[in-house]
Amino acid sequence: MPVDVRLPTVLRPAAGGAAKVVAEGETVGEVFADVVRQHPGLRDQLLTPEGTLHRHLNVFLNDDDIRYLGRLDAKVSETDTLTLMPAVAGG
Amino acid sequence: MLLLPAGVYRQIVAACLDGYPLEACGLLIGEEGASGEAQVRASHPATNAAASARVYTVEPRDMLRADREAEEIGAVLLGVWHSHTHTDAFPSPTDVAQAPDPGWHYVIVSLRDSEPVLRSYRIRGGRSEEEAVVLQ
Repeated sequence: MPVDVRLPTVLRPAAGGAAKVVAEGETVGEVFADVVRQHPGLRDQLLTPEGTLHRHLNVFLNDDDIRYLGRLDAKVSETDTLTLMPAVAGG
Repeated sequence: MLLLPAGVYRQIVAACLDGYPLEACGLLIGEEGASGEAQVRASHPATNAAASARVYTVEPRDMLRADREAEEIGAVLLGVWHSHTHTDAFPSPTDVAQAPDPGWHYVIVSLRDSEPVLRSYRIRGGRSEEEAVVLQ
């Protein structure tokens, strides 16, 4: 099912400048796979070489952090929005 | 160049003082101009999830709220601000290494001296460059 995936400005160049991608999947992991199929340049910014969620990325399924919903296994539905945000930290 | 309304400047400095002795942080909301001038419209304070006097981590949920606030007013996240409680208003090696977006503006408020000092930087490719801050 199609899900809206909102991209932060830092990821948009790898998606042809798009602020939003519509991708298919039953889980966050499947949606990410479709996002990467559409925009291969996003692969290394979303996922580690091992295929886990990149630690510098925060992902919200509507209002909830997917780290508390099963990460890439979190289920999505058609009305959901995934919002990707960079982790922001410093010293 | 960062165009910063005086009211937002006061909010940022006040939040930094309120957060002392821990580092305080938040997001800048506004518009990026075509000529490189960024117009700040609002500050969205965030919890420092690191709860530290040496480092900061923007609470992810606060960042989501700031992003939605920006979207509601037709603006974008322009950058991040944080305080340095014991050092200059200059990016630390950690600030440079962890800068998340080369398009962002990085505002630092030093509380080291009796008067807060606010400066802004662009951080790209592992290098920081100060930019002018124009109070409005």
